Amino acid sequence: MAIIEVNQVTKVFGNDPESILRLMDDGWNKEKIYRERKHTVGVNNVSFSVNAGEIFVIMGLSGSGKSTLVRMLNRLIEPTRGSISIHGKDIVKMNKEGLIKVRQKQISMVFQKFALFPHRTVAENVEYGLEVQGVDKAVRRKKAIESLTLVGLGDYADSLPSQLSGGMQQRVGLARALANDPDILLMDEAFSALDPLIRKEMQDELLELQDKMKKTIIFITHDLDEALRIGDRILLMKDGSVVQVGTPEEVMMNPANEYVERFVEDVDLSKVLTAASVMRRPETITLDRGPRVALQLMRESGISNLFVVDRGRRLMGVITAEDASAAVREGKTLADIVIHDVAVVDKDKLLYQLFDICSTSKHPVAVVNSNNRLMGVIVRGAVLGALAGNPDQRADQPAEPIAALTEGVSANV
Amino acid sequence: MSKLPLDKWVENIVDALETGLKPLFHVISLIIEGIVNGIANTFHWLPALVFIVLAAALGYYLGKWKFAAFTAVGLLLIDNLGLWEHTIDTLALVLTSAILSIVIGVPLGIGSAQSDRVRGIVTPLLDFMQTMPAFVYLIPAVTFFGLGVVPGVIASVIFAVPPTIRLTNLGIRQVPEDLVEAADAFGSTSRQKLFKLQIPLAMPSIMTGINQTIMLSLSMVVIASMIGAQGVGADVYGAVTQIKTGEGFEAGLAIVVLAIVLDRMTQNIVRKNRRGSNV
Repeated sequence: MAIIEVNQVTKVFGNDPESILRLMDDGWNKEKIYRERKHTVGVNNVSFSVNAGEIFVIMGLSGSGKSTLVRMLNRLIEPTRGSISIHGKDIVKMNKEGLIKVRQKQISMVFQKFALFPHRTVAENVEYGLEVQGVDKAVRRKKAIESLTLVGLGDYADSLPSQLSGGMQQRVGLARALANDPDILLMDEAFSALDPLIRKEMQDELLELQDKMKKTIIFITHDLDEALRIGDRILLMKDGSVVQVGTPEEVMMNPANEYVERFVEDVDLSKVLTAASVMRRPETITLDRGPRVALQLMRESGISNLFVVDRGRRLMGVITAEDASAAVREGKTLADIVIHDVAVVDKDKLLYQLFDICSTSKHPVAVVNSNNRLMGVIVRGAVLGALAGNPDQRADQPAEPIAALTEGVSANV
Repeated sequence: MSKLPLDKWVENIVDALETGLKPLFHVISLIIEGIVNGIANTFHWLPALVFIVLAAALGYYLGKWKFAAFTAVGLLLIDNLGLWEHTIDTLALVLTSAILSIVIGVPLGIGSAQSDRVRGIVTPLLDFMQTMPAFVYLIPAVTFFGLGVVPGVIASVIFAVPPTIRLTNLGIRQVPEDLVEAADAFGSTSRQKLFKLQIPLAMPSIMTGINQTIMLSLSMVVIASMIGAQGVGADVYGAVTQIKTGEGFEAGLAIVVLAIVLDRMTQNIVRKNRRGSNV
């Protein structure tokens, strides 16, 4: 469900932006408008919608218009044209009082340079949003402390911002934004001023908090790694226009154009792709079959081991060709030779978390979902192959592995 | 080409103002006289020693014991030279000018900070006020308010108010853009933004303006004495007209002591503020 709907929003900076809109409609581009009319097109006809509860990343290099775009969502910058609906109400048409209400109750913002008020203590900073709403002193102090505790700074309520480190200051910024319990959080390069280690820590914490709070977050960044790490969806901007919108994986795997391609080529794939995207369809068998069937299946598919599952496709273990032929000779059943100690990973694990487990496991690594159902296997080399950008190493339909696997079962057995 | 009758025009305007706004000038005159007399009477009522002890205590609170000691010694010297009563008169004149300058200057500074149009009108006026020789104001001031302390205060305010206006404007405009944005983003009204963010952060700058205003009004006391304002300024002026170098030096020294004490006090208020707010 869309909570924010941005419809054909344009921002032109200059003395007479209205006249520029007409020129844009006549097909003038950004360069020509700047060269001949000295107006800057900040955001050019952008439309998108954001769903409730998602982290929507707007990403682009400096000058791409992303900061202008996010500031139009709470009208710190007035759009020249277009509509922006929040909960179905067009804030562009709102009067001053209505806008102040929206800013007080529905949208909070976290800033790149923290923007903490230096003359107020940490708690007074966090209280600010409630203070301007006229909330009682004791109540807002209590809420501020709660909010600070949420970001791990409960003990610093009476410090001044200047006494805190950058990372802590931005936590205060986050606590301030959360204190009035808004539906929407605008984060403008919120972690860009932090050093890389702290930045990662903050990203993790944001994801953790988001798990509990389920806010709608618009996150602005120029850092693709960050976008891929925290975004449910990513909007890529260039020169004020939208280049591509999609999930991190869509952006990585199907760049909309050369620009996105150049952007993503340096990305560390191992931090974007998941186990599900490199796994293959598993060859499986159930325990009521005999060792001869198992050998036959392995011979047909040219592999040296089979995963054993129960009727519900829950993973039970693995058998090897060697053990199976011994079992045939000695008259044992499959149950006698199942190896239960199998390396298992969750389907959402990122590739870089798989290196270790893949290199130490004797057998292919099993990929399971949260119910321990076998989703696929990762064979040796698949991870490296995927990192090298070889699409053959990926499952045919990573989006629907269960359907694909169920078909596989009936064919196998 | 014949000379423009600018002098006639100005005189006509002044005459028109004098007749047209007489009741207003009368009210202003009463207010100013009230403030000056209130301050002067209170300070005259206090015994010199009590006043000196209080001033030194304030000096200690705002600065260090060194400043407190200077205040005590300086004021004792003035008392010893027999200039106490006149110094108090001067102090009353200076403080009245300062109060009026703050009352007029701070709101005007805020206005110019919030509107480029207001600033566009105010700035050239301030330039005019600061560069037009101060003696020139004395003439219409006397026409409107007669002789005495009131036109002295008026001339001092005109001469001394610009720094307060300029530095209030500057201080508010210098509040970092991202902080103003943050205040807006959380749904502050303009009033809330002004009182909760802009004025507190502009305070050091505003106080510097007030400090400069006080210094400038002190520099006006001799000129003000030429139109009948009482105080050490009159002593200096008298010494000049009678070529009494020694007396002139004594009275001048009293002004210097007063200037240093007032300057350090207001500066230390700035510093204390800054430490507290950590700006």
